Amino acid sequence: MIDKLALLRPTKERLNLFIFLGFLFFGLGIYDLVSNSFLSKNITSFLPGILSYFTPLIFGFIGLHLIRIEYSGNRILDSLNKNINSNWFNSILTLLLIFLLIIGIPVLLNWTFFDATFTGTSKEDCTGNGACWVFINVWFDRLIYGLYPNDQIWRVNVAFIILILTVGAAFFVHQKIKKYIIIFLLFIFPFILISLLSGGNFGLEKIPTNEWGGLALTFIISIFAILFCFPVGMFLALGRRSSFPVIRYSSIGFIEFWRGVPLITVLFMASVMFPMFLPDGTFLDKLIRVIIAITLFEAAYMAEVIRGGLQALPRGQYDAGKSLGMSYWKLHLLVILPQALKLIIPGIANTFLALVKDTPLILVVGLLELVGMIDMAKTNPKWLGFAAEGYVFAGLVFWIICYAMSRYSISLEKKYKTDR
Amino acid sequence: MSEAIIQMKEVNKWFGDFQVLKDINLNVSEKQRIVVCGPSGSGKSTLIRCINRLEEHQKGQIIVDGNELSEKTKDIEKIRAEVGMVFQQFNLFPHLSILDNCSLAPIWVKKTPKKKAEEFAMQQLEQVQIADQANKFPGQLSGGQQQRAAIARALCMEPKIMLFDEPTSALDPEMIKEVLDAMVTLAKGGMTMIVVTHEMGFAKEVADEVIFMDEGMIVEKAKTKEFFDNPKSDRTKLFLSQIL
Repeated sequence: MIDKLALLRPTKERLNLFIFLGFLFFGLGIYDLVSNSFLSKNITSFLPGILSYFTPLIFGFIGLHLIRIEYSGNRILDSLNKNINSNWFNSILTLLLIFLLIIGIPVLLNWTFFDATFTGTSKEDCTGNGACWVFINVWFDRLIYGLYPNDQIWRVNVAFIILILTVGAAFFVHQKIKKYIIIFLLFIFPFILISLLSGGNFGLEKIPTNEWGGLALTFIISIFAILFCFPVGMFLALGRRSSFPVIRYSSIGFIEFWRGVPLITVLFMASVMFPMFLPDGTFLDKLIRVIIAITLFEAAYMAEVIRGGLQALPRGQYDAGKSLGMSYWKLHLLVILPQALKLIIPGIANTFLALVKDTPLILVVGLLELVGMIDMAKTNPKWLGFAAEGYVFAGLVFWIICYAMSRYSISLEKKYKTDR
Repeated sequence: MSEAIIQMKEVNKWFGDFQVLKDINLNVSEKQRIVVCGPSGSGKSTLIRCINRLEEHQKGQIIVDGNELSEKTKDIEKIRAEVGMVFQQFNLFPHLSILDNCSLAPIWVKKTPKKKAEEFAMQQLEQVQIADQANKFPGQLSGGQQQRAAIARALCMEPKIMLFDEPTSALDPEMIKEVLDAMVTLAKGGMTMIVVTHEMGFAKEVADEVIFMDEGMIVEKAKTKEFFDNPKSDRTKLFLSQIL
């Protein structure tokens, strides 16, 4: 009896037999699953219902058990066993993941590519079961530029081409020139961007901000909010650690207030309530109010991230700086902040990513960036029912932006890594 | 003897309810070298941290180079720039190279031109014999090298007084000597020094006076030879018997 059981235990001696048996069972399991899900043919229908349902898993499990041979000498097999088949629990997880991919990927590919319609001009051209990318195609300009007048779109393009070129150049040029490019991007480009887009001078037609929109608006709001929220957050973080009670408590109050209210409320207040407090006759553009609101909101988060970095520094760094005769600002700018900011690059990236992804909320005050435009497009009577394509597109665009930012933050982390 | 460069009169300090310094009276004149010793928690570090106001005293008077230290002191940075300090944990700036560590304060605080500051920094690094490490970062150096770099950094400000807060306590035994050598050289060059240390050999070699502190008070203050050969209080005798 024991001898017979031992036969079932995979051993190195009969390696080939077990590998053969193992892959046979594993393949049987996969075949069972595939025929079940795509060919509507149940090869195990002779078994009772529930058992038949689980057969792919059972076959696969047996298969993986049979090839789980320690120190088989076969490198591929060993690394498979070590990484995805180290015990029965891992083998089940592996199987479930493989099954999920087998079932999921074809469906996804069919929807996005094989059954999708790419060319056409109207809803009627979409005949397949898949995605109707015609929707994105037709609305593309609106999704990118919002309601910006068609004949003026070149202005947006010029602004962003300048941005892309200078950022691109910054990666290739020498350190000394790079400094000037960064100064240009931080202090001059924002003005170029705004004056180019809003017009009203240099012979450019004036275009009110409520016609701005789409991805361009996403970028504009993100760029300005990021530029402003960082220094504001820094002052708040320093303020919260200040030894002057007035500064400290007002910083704490500010941070806790803005962290405590939802962004959507803040935006609504900025657009509806705030103008009531302004004296008659003064007018602050809605876009500016929204940017200020987002800036203050994110600055509160930024402040806490920076404070985390400040607290991580040992007290000795403060002592050393002070003992060399540095004033508060010199100490912080030369010694404390460079170290603290380096520590919190992941946290800063996190806050900036959240900021970018928070921008669609400006929908509530009637500004339509990318997601807002999709919202508008999908409710167009000619184009009802294409929300999925729109949101997938928006998701993809946001993912690309955020992933790029994330990669950049990681490269910064590596660049500024010095041994501690 | 000229007017003392550091004068402490009836200095008292509390951390909450705990009194760390009790009626400290101390005068240090120029070019004098003083070693402060005593058991841990006796207030030695606090005493010297009060001299450049890293700690604030609550009662009494501290006068450094003619300026009284108090809440009203305006240019505390100016006084601190004249008082160099070396810490137990080195406290080099890890994000800067050794050379930048040394030239940072001269450039930004004393407004020395960059080139001049770096030249002077190299001289100081040469004096503590780590000029070859100038472009490395603190994390790449041994403890002894880091501490010597810290000494050089303090010297770059051309201080009138140097304070040492247990400069060798965090070092491996092998590295203590190289740091002490640097300090001996400095002492022989005529620097005013107050050194908190347990290195009695160093005290015997360079100190003019030794101060023994316990429980926040100066228990004994004597010329070096007398302190070791003929200590007066029993507490000092006990301490010396344990440490030597």
